[in-house]
Amino acid sequence: MSPRPLTALEPAATPPEFIRNFCIIAHIDHGKSTLADRMLQITGIVDDRSMRAQYLDRMDIERERGITIKSQAVRMPWELDGQTYALNMIDTPGHVDFTYEVSRSLAACEGAILLVDAAQGIEAQTLANLYLALENDLTIIPVLNKIDLPAADPDKYAKELASLIGGSPDDVLRVSGKTGVGVAELLDRATRLIPAPEGDPAAPARAMIFDSVYDSYRGVVTYVRMIDGKLNPREKIQMMSTRATHEILEIGVTSPEPTNSKGLGVGEVGYLITGVKDVRQSKVGDTVTTALRPATVALPGYTEPKPMVFSGLYPIDGSDYPALREALDKLKLSDASLVYEPETSVALGFGFRCGFLGLLHLEIITERLDREFGLDLITTAPSVIYEVTTDDKKTVTVTNPSEFPNGKIAKVEEPIVKAAILAPKDYVGVIMELCQSRRGTLLGMDYLGEDRVEIRYTMPLGEIVFDFFDNLKSRTAGYGSLDYEPIGSQEADLVKVDILLQGEQVDAFSAIVHRDKAYDYGVLMTGRLRKLIPRQQFDVPIQAAIGARIIARESISAIRKDVLAKCYGGDISRKRKLLEKQKEGKKRMKMVGRVEVPQEAFIAALSGDEPPKKK
Amino acid sequence: MGGALPLGDPAPSDGLLPASAAVGASARDFGVYLHVPFCRVRCGYCDFNTYTATELRGASQHDYAGQAISEVEAAGRILERSGVPDREAATVFFGGGTPTLLPADDLVRMLRAVRSTWGLAPGAEVTTEANPDSVDAAYLGRLAESGFTRVSFGMQSAVPSVLATLERTHDPERVPLVVQWAREAGLDVSLDLIYGTPGETLANWRTSVEHAIRQAPSHISAYSLIVEEGTKLARQIRRGELAPVDDDVQAEFYELADDLLTEAGYGWYEVSNWATDDTHRSRHNLAYWRSQDWWGVGPGAHSHIGGVRWWNVKHPSAYGDRIRAGDSPAAGRETLDTATQEMERVLLLTRIREGIPIDSLGALGRREVAGLIADQLIDARAALSGSIELTRRGRLLADAVVRRLLAD
Repeated sequence: MSPRPLTALEPAATPPEFIRNFCIIAHIDHGKSTLADRMLQITGIVDDRSMRAQYLDRMDIERERGITIKSQAVRMPWELDGQTYALNMIDTPGHVDFTYEVSRSLAACEGAILLVDAAQGIEAQTLANLYLALENDLTIIPVLNKIDLPAADPDKYAKELASLIGGSPDDVLRVSGKTGVGVAELLDRATRLIPAPEGDPAAPARAMIFDSVYDSYRGVVTYVRMIDGKLNPREKIQMMSTRATHEILEIGVTSPEPTNSKGLGVGEVGYLITGVKDVRQSKVGDTVTTALRPATVALPGYTEPKPMVFSGLYPIDGSDYPALREALDKLKLSDASLVYEPETSVALGFGFRCGFLGLLHLEIITERLDREFGLDLITTAPSVIYEVTTDDKKTVTVTNPSEFPNGKIAKVEEPIVKAAILAPKDYVGVIMELCQSRRGTLLGMDYLGEDRVEIRYTMPLGEIVFDFFDNLKSRTAGYGSLDYEPIGSQEADLVKVDILLQGEQVDAFSAIVHRDKAYDYGVLMTGRLRKLIPRQQFDVPIQAAIGARIIARESISAIRKDVLAKCYGGDISRKRKLLEKQKEGKKRMKMVGRVEVPQEAFIAALSGDEPPKKK
Repeated sequence: MGGALPLGDPAPSDGLLPASAAVGASARDFGVYLHVPFCRVRCGYCDFNTYTATELRGASQHDYAGQAISEVEAAGRILERSGVPDREAATVFFGGGTPTLLPADDLVRMLRAVRSTWGLAPGAEVTTEANPDSVDAAYLGRLAESGFTRVSFGMQSAVPSVLATLERTHDPERVPLVVQWAREAGLDVSLDLIYGTPGETLANWRTSVEHAIRQAPSHISAYSLIVEEGTKLARQIRRGELAPVDDDVQAEFYELADDLLTEAGYGWYEVSNWATDDTHRSRHNLAYWRSQDWWGVGPGAHSHIGGVRWWNVKHPSAYGDRIRAGDSPAAGRETLDTATQEMERVLLLTRIREGIPIDSLGALGRREVAGLIADQLIDARAALSGSIELTRRGRLLADAVVRRLLAD
C-alpha cells in the first residue's frame, strides 16, 4: 500500500501526466458512497474525526434513499512509486433518468471504476452506464464491493464481470467500502491504468460543464473539466451555447470542501462561481471559453435537456397553489431539466403540468416538494409525448390527454425505448409475459454468468411509465432491474379514452392507450369510480368512451333516503349541527356537472387505492 | 333527547334570559314539555334520557313530580323577570321515558302547576305518551277528566318478533284495548310506529301499519329506527348478532306506510307524521318545526324561547340537586344569531307540508327551486303557488333538499 503523500499538487500547476480523472459506475445500494468515504479518508483529505457517512451526498433526500442525484468532483492526492498524483473522482448519478448527465460526467473522465455488489451482481442500469463508458473509450477497472458480507459470492460475480468486459476474473479487484479492505490497492491500480488527460495548454480555453448545482448562498456552482487552455480568477468567460458572458468570481477545486485556486489547467477538474442564480444559465454539456480569446469550436455532445414524462401536480389543499408555484420556481434553480406550466382540472382544481426526464425524476421532484416544502400533492397518471396527425394533415404534439385532437386521426406516433431487464433466469417467463402485455418486441437475451439473464425489448415508453417498474419488481420478487433508453418513435393504434360522469368528462382520468387496452382501462376506471363516488340524489352513469362511442359503463343508483326521521324531544341544536357538518362536507366536494365527488375519491381512483366507501 | 347534550355556552344559574328572547314573543305560541325520565326496563334501541329503577342513583320516581313542579314555578318567575310577556300554554306534552309509569295523580299535579303558572289557552292540546301496558281505563279516565286531551301510544309494531328485537314488553293484543279505553275516556289517540328493525320484513311492516289503521286513531307517526351509538342494539349489530337495515330498504318501508296511510285517509303533514285531518295534527310537535317557544321541564329537557335554546342536566339525581338548591337546572345554552335562526327555519319548516314560502329564501336557495322540481323532490304546483312542498321522494331526501335550499 502506498503511503499518504505529504504534499498535494497545486491546482493550475499540475502537469496533466500526474492527473487521473475517473468516475464510479454503480447501482443504487451497491456501496458507491461508502467506498467514496473510504477514499476520502485513506487519501487523508478528510480526517477520521470529521468523517460522516456518505460525505459527498449533500441533500438529505440523497442520503436517505442511498442514491446520488447531483454529482460532484473531489480532488484527492495519491502517491505511487514515489510520485504524487492528483486523482479527480467525479461522482455520477446512478439512474437511467439522468443518462445525459451521466454521459457528460463520463466525458469528463479517462477511466471508470465499475463497482458491483459482490452479493447481488450487476444491475441493468449499471450495465447501461458501462456501455456508455465503453463508448467514451474509458478504461474500466472492475471491482466487487461488500466482500465482507456473508452473502457475498465474489467468485461467481468476478466471472460475470470478466465475461462482460473481457479479461480474467483475477483482474477483478475485491474491496469492502465498509471496512476499507482493498481500497488502497484500488487507488494504486486506478493511478497505474487510467490514462492521463490530454489537451493543448496553448489553445483557447475550453472546459466542459458536467454539472451545475444551485447553492442558496453562493448561487450556481458550475463543475467543469478543462480540456484545453487555462481559466483564471476574475477572467470573463463565455458560454458557447448562448454566448452569454460572466465574470469568474471564484475558481477552485473540491477537496472535499471547496478550495480557491489560482485557476484550472489542462485535464483538471474544478468549479466556477460567477454569481448567476439559475442553473439554466450554466447548462450541463455546454463549453466554457474565455471572452477575450474565445474558442471557435465547442466540445461535442451538448444537448438541451428534454423532458420525456409528463404529469399534472395538484395541491390537495387548493389554497396551497401559490406555495406550489413558489416551490417549483425554487426547484427550477437547481434543476435545469424540470419544466412546468399552469394547468386546471375540473376534478383537481389548479395545478401544474410538469415535464420530467423520467419516472425517478418525477418521484424525486414530488418527494422534494413534499419534504422540503411540506406540500401535499396529487400526481396524475404520467404521460409521454405523442405526435398526433389529424386527417387534415395537422400535427399536434400531445403531452396531456386533454390536448389529444377530437375528430378523425390519421396517425399517432409514440416514443419507444430500448429496455434492458436483468433478472435471475427463473423469472424470464414472467418478464416476457409482462413485456409482451406491454406491447414489447423481443430484441434478444443474454446470459450473464450462470443464472442471470439480460432481456432486451423495444417497448413504448408510455407502457413503461404506467406502473411497469412496480409490476416488474413484484413479479420478480424484487430481483428484476430495468434500464431503458429512447430510440425514436413508432406509429401505433392509440386512442384517447375519456371517463364521463353523468355525461361530463372528468379530465384527470382521460388516458391515451392502445386500442386493444382501451376496454380494460375503461372497465378498470369506471369500476373504481363506482366504488368511490358516494350516491347522489339521482342515478349517475359512469362511462368510458372513445370519442362518442361508449366502451364501458357502470352506474351509481340514486340514494333513496337521506332524512332524519325524528327530532329528539325538541333537541334542534343536535339536528342543526348535523346539517352544519353535512354542509361543511359539501364544501370539500368537487363538482363534475351536478355530481358531487369528494376529492379523496379522485385521489384514490388515481392512485388505485380503494378505501371503503364512506356512508 | 337522545345521546349527549350539545356543546353550548354555560347557562346562568338564575336561568335569566337575554332581552332578545322577549322580542316578538306575543306573536309566538308558547308550549310546555314535561319530561318523565323513567322506564320499567330500557329497550335495546333506546338512547333517550331515561332511567330504570336500578339506574337512578338515589333519585326517586316518588319525588319527581314535586321537582318538576318546582321547575315549572321557577320558569314562570324567570320568564316574567326576563321581560317575556305572559302567554297561556297552547300545548302541553308529557314525554319520556314513560310518563305513565308515574301515578296518574302525579301527571295531573304537574299539569295543574302549568295551568296555575301560565294558564291553558282555550282548546289547548294536552298530550301524554303512554306504553300500552302501563295504563288502564281508570288511569286514562283520570287524565281525561283532569284536562288531558290526547294520548300517544308507543305501539311500535304489531309483530311479536319485531317487538322482541326492540325489547318492547307489551303484548300487541293490548293495543286495541287501550285505544278503546282512551277513546271512551274522550281522548284523541295517536299511535307511534317504528320501521326498519333488524329482521323486520316488508310483510311484517305491512301487518303493523294495517293493524294500526284498523284501530282508527286520528294520528299515526312512523319513525325509522335509528341505531344510536352506545345502545345495546348498536352493540348487537357491531357483534354481527343483528343485521342493520340499509337506507334503501327503509325507504321502501316508508313508501309502503305512506301508501297504506294515504289509502286509509290519513294525510302527511310532517315527514314522519300523518293525521286524519288538520285538527288532529300534533300541534305541540308542529311548534318545534315552526320555531315557536316552549319550556322543557325535567332532566335533559330542551327549551327554546325567542332564539335562545338551552338544555337541562341529564341525570335525575343531578337535576334533583339543582332544583333543591333553587338553581336553574340548565346545563348549557346557545343564543342563535340571525343567520343561524334562518338556517334553522329552513331546516325545520321544509319538513312540514305547508313548507317554506319560496320568497323567504335566499337568492341561491331560490335558484335551486327549479332543479328541485326537475329532480321531483318538491311539488311543482305548490312551488308555482309560492311554497316548498316535499314530494314523497323529497320527504325521503329532505335533508338533501334542505342542504340545497341553504346553498347560500
